[in-house]
Amino acid sequence: MKIVMAIIKPFKLEEVRDALTGIGVHGLTVTEVKGYGRQKGHTEIYRGAEYAVSFLPKLKIEVAVATDLTSSVIDAIAGAARTGQIGDGKIFVMPLEKAVRIRTGETDADAL
Amino acid sequence: MKLRHALMLGLGGAAIAALLIEPSLAQTPTTEAASPPPSPIPNKGDTAWMLISSALVLMMSVPGLALFYGGLVRTKNMLSVLTQVFAIVAIVGLLWVFYGYSLAFTNGGGINDFVGGFSKAFLKGIDPNSTVATFSNGVVIPEYAYLCFQMTFAMITPALIIGAFAERIKFSALVVFVILWVTFIYFPMAHMVWYWGGPDAVGNAAKALAAATDDASKATAQAALDAVNKDAGFLFQKGALDFAGGTVVHINAGIAGFVGCLMLGKRIGYGRDLLAPHSLTMTMIGASLLWVGWFGFNAGSNLESNGTTALAMLNTFVATCAAAVAWLFAEWVLKGKPSLLGMVSGAIAGLVAVTPASGFAGPMGSIVLGLVAGVVCFIMCSTVKNAIGYDDSLDVFGVHCVGGILGALATGILVDPSLGGVGIPDYSSKPGEMVVGAYDMMSQVITQAEAVGLTLLWSGVGSAILYKLVDLTIGLRVTQEEEREGLDIADHGERAYNY
Repeated sequence: MKIVMAIIKPFKLEEVRDALTGIGVHGLTVTEVKGYGRQKGHTEIYRGAEYAVSFLPKLKIEVAVATDLTSSVIDAIAGAARTGQIGDGKIFVMPLEKAVRIRTGETDADAL
Repeated sequence: MKLRHALMLGLGGAAIAALLIEPSLAQTPTTEAASPPPSPIPNKGDTAWMLISSALVLMMSVPGLALFYGGLVRTKNMLSVLTQVFAIVAIVGLLWVFYGYSLAFTNGGGINDFVGGFSKAFLKGIDPNSTVATFSNGVVIPEYAYLCFQMTFAMITPALIIGAFAERIKFSALVVFVILWVTFIYFPMAHMVWYWGGPDAVGNAAKALAAATDDASKATAQAALDAVNKDAGFLFQKGALDFAGGTVVHINAGIAGFVGCLMLGKRIGYGRDLLAPHSLTMTMIGASLLWVGWFGFNAGSNLESNGTTALAMLNTFVATCAAAVAWLFAEWVLKGKPSLLGMVSGAIAGLVAVTPASGFAGPMGSIVLGLVAGVVCFIMCSTVKNAIGYDDSLDVFGVHCVGGILGALATGILVDPSLGGVGIPDYSSKPGEMVVGAYDMMSQVITQAEAVGLTLLWSGVGSAILYKLVDLTIGLRVTQEEEREGLDIADHGERAYNY
């Protein structure tokens, strides 16, 4: 099992969800985050006081998937979240040791 | 604004009666001067307008100013600003009826030039039948209406100051400072600028002088007129024009704020951290409420409901529009983007600038004043402040003091009838009616500048002493930890938003 973690542009969330649902992924966790990468921040001016805002709002999504689904999940997220502009985000994949569904006690693949 | 209590009318009438029983006068057929005018009765329209205006000016403070300022601070300090404004309103309201009204609007005897006395402390001697003068001969309003209206001015002025040192002052220190400040700075300033005997007192004394025939009675009548003219605040006697409080409210609060932000020092992280406003939405709501309330402030300052009141209202519309547009476009051109905060700041700058001029300037003059105020205050807040490097958190100095000075000086120019102004009122050359008096632009502007200078000095030096006193006894500023945590939790034990 793998955790696929992606940082995406906030307005892309619905498209990403649709794409994941389309390939049979039925669970997703979303967190509002801030960060920076190659896309630099912007400047805000309040009555002449200029502030460089270097941390931009992004969404972090996390999906737990069976290992054989990993590449299609990556493709689905990358395809849906892509605008071609700088700042589209990144996808990270990490190994997942164990999963438990709290209600039933099912584990691993059955819990996903 | 001016005041004449019924008691004064009584004294004036008695003085005239005393002159009339002199034989030489009694034989003179001066029937017009002979009958003392009947006590005027307040007009219901005037009274209603003053009561509405008082409520409008209260709305400027709470919630207008509180939201305007509150939106500009960080989330962690929102409640501190709201609490400070509301507390000031409540405390000053009590001080006003205890002794503030008396210090501002009674005769102070030997020190009458600068402050009144305690003869109306705890509103002694005032009842629903007491009246005060307006700007027209033979027109009075209930004294209760006048003291409510003036109370709202005393409430908002110290509340304006808090913007200069927002996000770092200790609440207990602020409360003590405000009590001292209104007592030693505001009440005397209001007295100096706005206290006088009223048009009927001047008119009656001038009539008596005109009626006097021999040297002895002339001398007596002249002395009586001099006494009436002397029964006014220092700046009023000098002929300084301040329709609704450019000096008393805005320069007064603006310079006190400036001194305060220098004495408290900069906020932690100033120039390094993001100190951006937490809700410009609230700032816009607050600014809009201020604008609406300002009609009570400016148009209400005519103390009656008539054509001059409508002029003051119109000026309060157009000067504000002009200043909002001026700041918006100046920022667009110089900084690249037209901002909401810029536009509403411009509107406040225009409101401040037109305050002393609102009943004296014409509408076109007010527009010019608004345009200038928008651009000058924009440059003050965006460029000059950064260049000098003082941390006036919410630009009390750049908007209220600078805009107030601009307005006070411009009033001396824009009152000129040839520029569409209404001219300077003269109550003594044709006693019993108000005529446009002699006007010399240069001397009027100099008088205005003297009033500005005295206000800066009085409030600047006085406030510095009061800050120092409070700092030595209580300490003005919260600890670094409290400032980092935010004043809402540190001072008040609650937070503005619980998501």
